[in-house]
Amino acid sequence: MATSTTYAMKGKSKRIKKDGITLFLLSTPFIIAMILFSYFPVYGWIYAFFDYKPGIPLSSTPFVGLSNFQKIFDTPADLINALINTLAMNFLNILLSPLAIVFAIMINEVRSTRYKKFVQTLSTLPNFISWVLVFSLAFAFFSSDGFINTVLSKLGVDKQIDPIGTESVTWFFQAGITVWKSLGWSAIIYIAAIAGIDGELYDAAKVDGAGRFKSIWHITVPGVLPTFFVLLLLSVSNMLSSSFDQYFVFYNPLVADKIEVLDYYVYRAGIKVGDYPFATAVGMFKTLVSVVLLFSVNFISKKIRGQSMI
Amino acid sequence: MTLILKNFSGKAFDWLNGILLLLFTLMCIYPFYYVLIYSISDPAKVAQGIFLLPAGLEFGTYKSILSLPYIKTSFFISLSRTVIGTLLTVLCCSFFSYLLTKDRMLLRKFVYRMLVVTLYINAGLIPWYITMKMLHLDENFLLYVLPTAVSGFNVILIKTYIEQLPAALEESAMIDGAGYLTIFTKIIFPLCKPIVATVAVFAAVGQWNTWMDNYFLVNSASLKTIQLTLYEFLSSANTFTGLDAASITRQAQNVVLTPESIKMSTTIIVTLPILAVYPFMQRYFVKGIMLGAVKG
Repeated sequence: MATSTTYAMKGKSKRIKKDGITLFLLSTPFIIAMILFSYFPVYGWIYAFFDYKPGIPLSSTPFVGLSNFQKIFDTPADLINALINTLAMNFLNILLSPLAIVFAIMINEVRSTRYKKFVQTLSTLPNFISWVLVFSLAFAFFSSDGFINTVLSKLGVDKQIDPIGTESVTWFFQAGITVWKSLGWSAIIYIAAIAGIDGELYDAAKVDGAGRFKSIWHITVPGVLPTFFVLLLLSVSNMLSSSFDQYFVFYNPLVADKIEVLDYYVYRAGIKVGDYPFATAVGMFKTLVSVVLLFSVNFISKKIRGQSMI
Repeated sequence: MTLILKNFSGKAFDWLNGILLLLFTLMCIYPFYYVLIYSISDPAKVAQGIFLLPAGLEFGTYKSILSLPYIKTSFFISLSRTVIGTLLTVLCCSFFSYLLTKDRMLLRKFVYRMLVVTLYINAGLIPWYITMKMLHLDENFLLYVLPTAVSGFNVILIKTYIEQLPAALEESAMIDGAGYLTIFTKIIFPLCKPIVATVAVFAAVGQWNTWMDNYFLVNSASLKTIQLTLYEFLSSANTFTGLDAASITRQAQNVVLTPESIKMSTTIIVTLPILAVYPFMQRYFVKGIMLGAVKG
């Protein structure tokens, strides 16, 4: 009797084992895809340590150690410039990020559900178009025969404006375009956060004689602050990264000095100039700083809110 | 008295709020409308400026643009990458997540951890570029659809969804002797429709809008996406290198084509597919923002 039970158990565990292997085999195509497209590129970091030239196999190129990283600290002027541009534009974006809260609160204060939906639907649309399309629309609006300049000349203004080709406004123009594209979309997360606030709080405030603005200031705003805080910390950790597409499409010789961000610099040094090792080193350095920022920001979040973000 | 005053200021706030929102909404929409009326205006009259209505009506630009083999091909390529890429993402991610819900799977924990790590690692542009070349994906349609087939975030999203489905549904099928593939296609996949739809919609928009892979790694005209085609029209340096000038004059003997009208109508052609799926997308916004939050 006892032996037959163990026998049955053995059979069962064997079947489970076989099952496990089947499941693993079924997953292999996906595991391979994951390795090829997410892990294998990381292996490419090795190029940063060689004096690699396109066309010559890596095995016959000299190992140069950290000299490519040293080049970063020799601080070429254009690298510093790219760093300044990246920080400036990301800082502007962070500075403007509370606008999404304002927009969410404004939508939330609308009484008519239909109007709410109307505003929300249409203001989210720009988020879903590509940067090429954004550039095309911007061009139709701001170029010399564009909408704005036609209106200006109709109004009898002699001056023409050209934000796409004027260095001094580039940072602000890009920040404005970013707000236009993403405000409606960023507001959605805050609208969801507002919907999650306990309605009794508002009732209690009303009983206590609080008006609309007081309710907003003392209930709604504190209610969305945790969400804001997490997003803020995430954008701080992404301080060195930019939406490459955006600066790529708006890049032109007139504003090159103000619009070249680190990601564009890597593209230029690597693909245009062909210095793969140095560009890889800059990219790695950027990743390293981002990871350090992410962990420190997460540490701060743990200290202040007692809660980890990642 | 104070009550009336309060009511009044409340009303005033409502109006002001409504008007400000309307202004921003118009700012979001008007550029699209402007480009649309520009594209259907008579190119000869449009220079005087248009605001609300097109100047004259002229669909000739569209006719001649749509008859260009160049535009047709790139539209077809963009459409193909959208359809094939989305199908591939949906199928791979949902089946992989189903397999990952099975505790019995060999090395399951390890594989799942590897997947989570992919959310945080990004090799960067140059290593990616070299790797894709090494895999011979340059000058290859597969470059558009393979790298996005297994996306860590989509897998995690669908896996979480499958895990909260009642286990009894699957067990009864198991007893009937159905295999994993049958259970997945007959039971699990149909139940995952809401989350799969979210993933599909956002993957489709992503595919339609992506063109950087094309710009970096594919030169051949027969694989060019419509986004890159539009970009080439727009970047003034080579406005018409992509367009065969002879074919334009041949196609458009009756219509005066200006660079502007070509840009505007191509812009509309690239926007339309997004507008077409947009009303249907809105249901998935809130779920989709979680996608964006992690990806961005």
